[in-house]
Amino acid sequence: MTEGRMLNTFVVYVENKPGVLTRVASLFRRRAFNIDSLTVGRTEKPEVSRMTITVEADPDQARRIEANLYKLVNVLLVDNITREPSIARDLAMIKVAAAQEVRPHVLELAKVFRARVVDVALESLTIEITGTEDKIDSLVEVLRPYGVMEMVRTGIVAMRRGKRSLGPTQSNVVVEDAEDENIAQSA
Amino acid sequence: MTMKMTGAQILWECLEREGVEHVFGYPGGAILPAYDALKHSRIHHILVRHEQGATHMADGYARASGRVGVAVATSGPGATNMVTGIATAMMDSSPIVCITGQVGSRLIGSDAFQETDITGVTLPITKHNALVTRADEVARTIREAFYVARSGRPGPVLVDITKDAQQASCEFDWEAAKPQLPGYRPDLSPAEAEYVRALELLARAKRPVILAGQGVLASGAMGEVRELAERAQIPVALTLLGLGALPASHPLNLGMMGMHGEAWVNHAIQNADLLLALGMRFDDRVTGAKESYAPLAKKIHVEIDPAEINKNVKVDVALVGDLREVLRALLPRVEPGDRSEWLKWIEGHQGDAAVRDIQSLEDNGHLYAAHVINDLWIETRESNTVVVTDVGQHQMWEAQYYKHEDPRSLVTSGGLGTMGFALPAAIGAKVARPEAEVWVVVGDGGFQMTMAELATMVQEKLKINVAIINNGYLGMVRQWQEFFYERNYQSTPLLSPDFVRLAEAYGIRSMRVTKRGGVVPAVRAAREHEGPVVIDFRVEQEDSVYPMVAAGAPLHEMIRRPSPLVETAADD
Repeated sequence: MTEGRMLNTFVVYVENKPGVLTRVASLFRRRAFNIDSLTVGRTEKPEVSRMTITVEADPDQARRIEANLYKLVNVLLVDNITREPSIARDLAMIKVAAAQEVRPHVLELAKVFRARVVDVALESLTIEITGTEDKIDSLVEVLRPYGVMEMVRTGIVAMRRGKRSLGPTQSNVVVEDAEDENIAQSA
Repeated sequence: MTMKMTGAQILWECLEREGVEHVFGYPGGAILPAYDALKHSRIHHILVRHEQGATHMADGYARASGRVGVAVATSGPGATNMVTGIATAMMDSSPIVCITGQVGSRLIGSDAFQETDITGVTLPITKHNALVTRADEVARTIREAFYVARSGRPGPVLVDITKDAQQASCEFDWEAAKPQLPGYRPDLSPAEAEYVRALELLARAKRPVILAGQGVLASGAMGEVRELAERAQIPVALTLLGLGALPASHPLNLGMMGMHGEAWVNHAIQNADLLLALGMRFDDRVTGAKESYAPLAKKIHVEIDPAEINKNVKVDVALVGDLREVLRALLPRVEPGDRSEWLKWIEGHQGDAAVRDIQSLEDNGHLYAAHVINDLWIETRESNTVVVTDVGQHQMWEAQYYKHEDPRSLVTSGGLGTMGFALPAAIGAKVARPEAEVWVVVGDGGFQMTMAELATMVQEKLKINVAIINNGYLGMVRQWQEFFYERNYQSTPLLSPDFVRLAEAYGIRSMRVTKRGGVVPAVRAAREHEGPVVIDFRVEQEDSVYPMVAAGAPLHEMIRRPSPLVETAADD
C-alpha cells in the first residue's frame, strides 16, 4: 500500500425506511470503521434519503466500506467523492460571551467570516455560520478568547460540483457555489 | 386475480409458491395465528425441541439440497433461541428464511410479554431482515426474503411478523407483490480488462494452485472448476466447506488446506507462484499468518461478494461475479498447460506423507477416531451418503479421512464453528434428501448440546445414523491445552450419560464400540436397521489432530504427529 489514511467523504443514497440509519451505523461499528461525521436528510424524492458520511480510511478500506455499504439491501447508491470536485459544508451555531465592551469585536469577526448573528442576549451572541469544516474551526478559534459558551455543529453535507449528478434521483438541479470558501484562510 | 386472505394464510401461500415443502418450527403465542392457518397448507411442519435446532435444520436442509430452508418460531425467547443458528448460516452463506411472530404492532416498544426486538438483535447476523406490521406487507416481504436469501452470496433472512399482521385480512395478489429492492444488485460481472489480466497471470504461472471453496457448490461450478484444472493442469486445494467440489479421487485434487490440511497441500500453497481462489474468502483458518501467506504467489480472486476482495489477503486480480459464469467466460480462453514438473514436486511431498494413511496403522487394541471415520468411509462410499459433522476434532478427522466424492456430501459448520450443529442439521439434510444415507459424526460434547432433537428425529421417523466419537473430553480444546497451555486440562474432561441407554429411552437402536474390529460390524448393522441408530464409539481419549498450524503461525510451520504413534516414521 502506497497511500495513507485520509478523511473520506461518501454520499450514500438510501431508501427512506425505518431502521436504515441503524443498519448503516451498525455496519461501521461491526467492521470497526470509525465514523467521523454522519448526516442524514431528505432529498427531492420522498422515498430517498441522503447521507453524507466522513470516515478516516486508507484507499483499500474506503473500497471495502463502499462494498459493504452496497451489501445493505436498502442502500441505493454510494458515491465516494473524496477525490472529486465537490462542495462540503458544515453548519454551526456558536453562543459566545459578548458583554457590551467586547461586542463590537465579536460582531466584526462574524462579519469577516460572513457569519450571521441569529440571537442577541444581554451577555451573549449566537452566531450561525455555514462553510467548510476548516472555516468553522477558524472562527471557533478566534472566538474562543471571548468565551464559547455553547456550540453545535451539524456535521458535513457534501455534493459533487457541476452538472454531473450521480444518484438514483435523476436531479438536474445544479447549484453553483458562489461563496468564497477560502475566506477562513484569508481571515 | 386477487382474493381476501389473512396475513397468516398469505404467509403459507407465499411459502408454497416459493417451493417450500417443509418448515422446522416451534409454536408460541405471537405466532399462533400462523400455526392456526397451517392446517389449510400442504406444507409439512416439523416440530423441533428447541428453536436453535429449527435454524440448524433449515441450514442443513439448505446445504444438503441447495434449496432455501425455513425455520419458524414465536417472539421473544423463541426468536432469540434462533440467534446461534442464524449466525451459523450467515458465516457459511447458507440460504435460510426465519419467520418469527412478534407481539401486536400496538404493543411494540412496551416491553410486552415475550417481546424482543429481534430485527435489532439479528441485524449484524442476517443478510437482511424485516419487521412486518400489516397483513398487506406479508406477501412482498416473504418474496423479497426468498429472493435475497438465495441470490448473490446466499445468506439468512429473518421476517418478523406482528400478531395483528397475521390476523388481519387483505387482498392477496402474488403478482403485485413482486420484490421491490432497487438497491439490491446480486448480479455483478467482471470487466474485460480483469479477464485479460487473469489470463496473463494464468498463462505465465509455473506453479499455480486452485483454491476451491464453498462458492463452487453454491454456484454449481463443479464442472467448470474441473475443466479448468484439467485443461491448465492446475492442482486443486479445497477449503473445509469446499470438500466435494472436486472428487477426492481426482488426480489433481490435493485435499483440504489450512490449519489441519495435509502438509503437502500447505507446502504447495506456500511455494505456489499463482493462487486462483474460487469462491473462498481466505479465512484465517486457511491462511495461517497473513504476512507469510503464499509469499511468492500472484493472486486471482473469483468471488461474488465484492466486500471480500482484499479483505483478508491482497489480490492482484479480482473477478467479481458468479463463479460459474466467470469460469464459463474464462474457460474458452485458457491455454492448455503442462505443469508436470510442479505436479511432480507436490507428489514428492505427498509420497513423503503417504505412510500417514490410517489404513496402514496397526491394530494395537486401541480405537482411534481416524479408524472409525476411515471404516465408515469404506463402508458407505458406494452409496449416496451425506455426512453431517459437528465441530471439533472429529470434524477435522472426518475432513481428513472421509474422502468426499460428491458436492453436498458433507454438511458442517465452518465459519462460526457451532457445536451442537450436527444432529439438527442432519435432520434437515435427511428431510431435504430422503433418498440419501445420512450419517451424523459428532463428539460427546457437541452431541449433548442439541441431543434433545433425537426426539424430533424419532417423531418424524427419519432414518439417520449417529456416530458419537466419544473420547470423554472436549477434544479440540483439550488438544489446544495440551499444545499451548501446558496440558492444563481445565474444564475439558466431560462426563456423559450412557449414550446407549439414552438412545434406547428414545426408542432408538443403539450400540457401543470399543475396538477397531467392532467398527465395521456396527456400521453394517446400523445401515441394515430400518430406523435410526446411535453408535457410541469409545475412542482414544488423548489423541490429537495432525498436522496442525498453530493459530497465527505461518502456514508451512506445521505441528506433526509425534512418535511413537506409528505413522510418523517417514514424515519430514
